[in-house]
Amino acid sequence: MAKSLLLICRRSPWSGPGAREALDIALAGGAFDLPISLLFLDDGVFQLQPRQQPAAIQQKDLTANLQALPLFGVEALYVARTDLDRRGLSAEHLTLPVTPLEDAALAALLNQHDLVITL
Amino acid sequence: MKFAIALFAPPHAPSSRRALRFAEAVLAGGHQIVRLFFYQDAVHIASSLPVSAQDELDLPAAWRSFVTEHNLDGVVCIAAALRRGVLNGEEAQRYARASHNLEAPWELSGLGQLHEAAQDADRLICFGGD
Repeated sequence: MAKSLLLICRRSPWSGPGAREALDIALAGGAFDLPISLLFLDDGVFQLQPRQQPAAIQQKDLTANLQALPLFGVEALYVARTDLDRRGLSAEHLTLPVTPLEDAALAALLNQHDLVITL
Repeated sequence: MKFAIALFAPPHAPSSRRALRFAEAVLAGGHQIVRLFFYQDAVHIASSLPVSAQDELDLPAAWRSFVTEHNLDGVVCIAAALRRGVLNGEEAQRYARASHNLEAPWELSGLGQLHEAAQDADRLICFGGD
């Protein structure tokens, strides 16, 4: 049986190529039909904010990559509720159907996976 | 035990030195390294161009010797490398660049190699992530 991978995305979308490159790991894994979950943590939650205008800073829209996740079979998507709250974001208005998790549930999520990569 | 090792930080980051020491300890302990995967800024470790002062650790050179000496599979993510100007001869030709800075023992390949190694190994150990 394939090992499950939890990818923890901590980078804000426009802080460099890091956010996109983390997503690329998920998309590549999805293409191989591997069991992949994503957790948006810390500034990584900004990736989920709708109505971003990256063209204003000559950047490509990350939303398209995010929305490709379910198409690649990556549907286990989580976000840390505390990190949304701290940044004034609402779990009801995000670009992806993500499951908000309380802090206590984060440890359980890590324990459920065979592999963890944090970027 | 079989280890897959992934690196994400640039050569001067402490984690890139620790990764090398860890990899040495893995082999010294009689374990196996199924693959080393260099992603994000760690692709610079595979560049042949960094120059260190004589009395300073030349980490890219140390990694190169280690991989060569033990005949390891040192894979550099091609997309991350191209983006950061780390190219082998073939890619330099493909993109009409005047020179290249990636040679053997390094190999350019895709993220599938990271997943394959992680699936094969008993442990995936990451260095330099956030």
